[in-house]
Amino acid sequence: MARLEFKAKLLEPDDMRRAITRIAHEILERNKGASNLAIVGIHTRGIPLAERIALKVSELEGVTIPSGKLDITLYRDDLSEVGLQPIVRQTEVPFDISSRRIVLVDDVFYTGRTARAGLDALIDLGRPTSIQLAVLIDRGHRELPIRADYVGKNIPTSKQEIVKVKLLETDGEDAVELYELRGEVKS
Amino acid sequence: MKDLLDFSKLDRAQLEGMLETAVVMAGVLERPVKKVPALQGFTVCTAFFENSTRTRLSFELAARRMSADVVTFTAANSSTAKGESLKDTIQTLEAMKIDAFIVRHGASGAAHQVSRWTNAKVVNAGDGRRAHPTQALLDAYTLKQKFGSLEGLEVAIIGDVRHSRVARSNAELLPKLGAKVRLCGPATLLPAELEADGVTVTTDIGEALTGAHAVMALRLQLERMSAGYLPSLEEYRETYQVNAQRMGKARPDAVVLHPGPMNRDLEIESVLADSGRSLVLQQVANGLPVRMAVLYHLLVGKN
Repeated sequence: MARLEFKAKLLEPDDMRRAITRIAHEILERNKGASNLAIVGIHTRGIPLAERIALKVSELEGVTIPSGKLDITLYRDDLSEVGLQPIVRQTEVPFDISSRRIVLVDDVFYTGRTARAGLDALIDLGRPTSIQLAVLIDRGHRELPIRADYVGKNIPTSKQEIVKVKLLETDGEDAVELYELRGEVKS
Repeated sequence: MKDLLDFSKLDRAQLEGMLETAVVMAGVLERPVKKVPALQGFTVCTAFFENSTRTRLSFELAARRMSADVVTFTAANSSTAKGESLKDTIQTLEAMKIDAFIVRHGASGAAHQVSRWTNAKVVNAGDGRRAHPTQALLDAYTLKQKFGSLEGLEVAIIGDVRHSRVARSNAELLPKLGAKVRLCGPATLLPAELEADGVTVTTDIGEALTGAHAVMALRLQLERMSAGYLPSLEEYRETYQVNAQRMGKARPDAVVLHPGPMNRDLEIESVLADSGRSLVLQQVANGLPVRMAVLYHLLVGKN
């Protein structure tokens, strides 16, 4: 049986806060301000991260940046990741994305397939001026020609390793941890 | 989930999960691009051995909205398509790599039989008088939309219960979701054996309607007259028609449902069917997201 073995704590709550602040600054710098900006998080942990980034950007610029929630289940190319009973969640983007600059947010960038699905899901909602991608962790091993515009921390990993992002809103604490899958994995 | 034939193998969590998915699907239908790639590469076949344009269209549109390919088989004469010929039809179609069959058949148990003959997924779109699970699911969805939850709802189902697969499926589904069902009709059209946990049976329409949150009128098939089940249509209308006056016994916010097609001013009063209490068109609209959810859960979920 395969089991998860804890290896290291990668980010502490303060590190995460600083990473989000830096991403917010970079977003404002690249977009020359916050006009027409909106932040959209991908279920599950991209959503609180998007809200935190939107809040920080709003604070820095003294305006309110809208944020939304995107579920990409119906856009997945890998159905093996769907469980016994598929769970599809609500997409809530309560503003017109057309003519906006959208920053798409996810917790971990790995193969790039989630980001690909996110791009398709977003484009079906309208025609944004641009889409940028922000992630808290880029762990390498991308399989598609997609990369993140804003990265909290680059962490080279092996494919046997698992990066867990924990957030206050979803997990009761802020932390990024590295685990390793041990033992025989039979497929 | 291999098939949706009836609700005997589904628990409340699975059913609620499907209804939750249907809410998301309804959101997809509100968008400028009313289509998702969720079922790209899957092929769905509607195999209808009994006529039903609206149910077939609803299923086909549901499959297309999720990017599945759809082929249609309609038997011109259902009575010729029985026994071995049904098996041959299904196996011929399956040889063309069908992933899911949506089966409508006049014989009770036909969809169950089809499921034994094929490895493809099977959705029962109505078999004889036995079951019509997606109709019951869309009824549950419609009631949930109106009342927030089915917990504690009293639902009266009035009319030809004996020949109604809609009544049977609702009597199976709604109690699993916390509602209570009252089946009501003339004694000749009301099998007592349907009484179960959460399901009561009465010939007294006043009793059935009193305090009900929802009243569902069933289609009265006119050929039942000649079979001797009913003395006259006038008598039926007098005693069992769901009308505005009788709705006075139900709760003030009670709603009216009908699976369609309606015999206006027979089992249901025409003005009531068109009134603000009627959810008949809402039921039709809700059929689409509910069938999308069913197909998605069957084709994408694991067996």
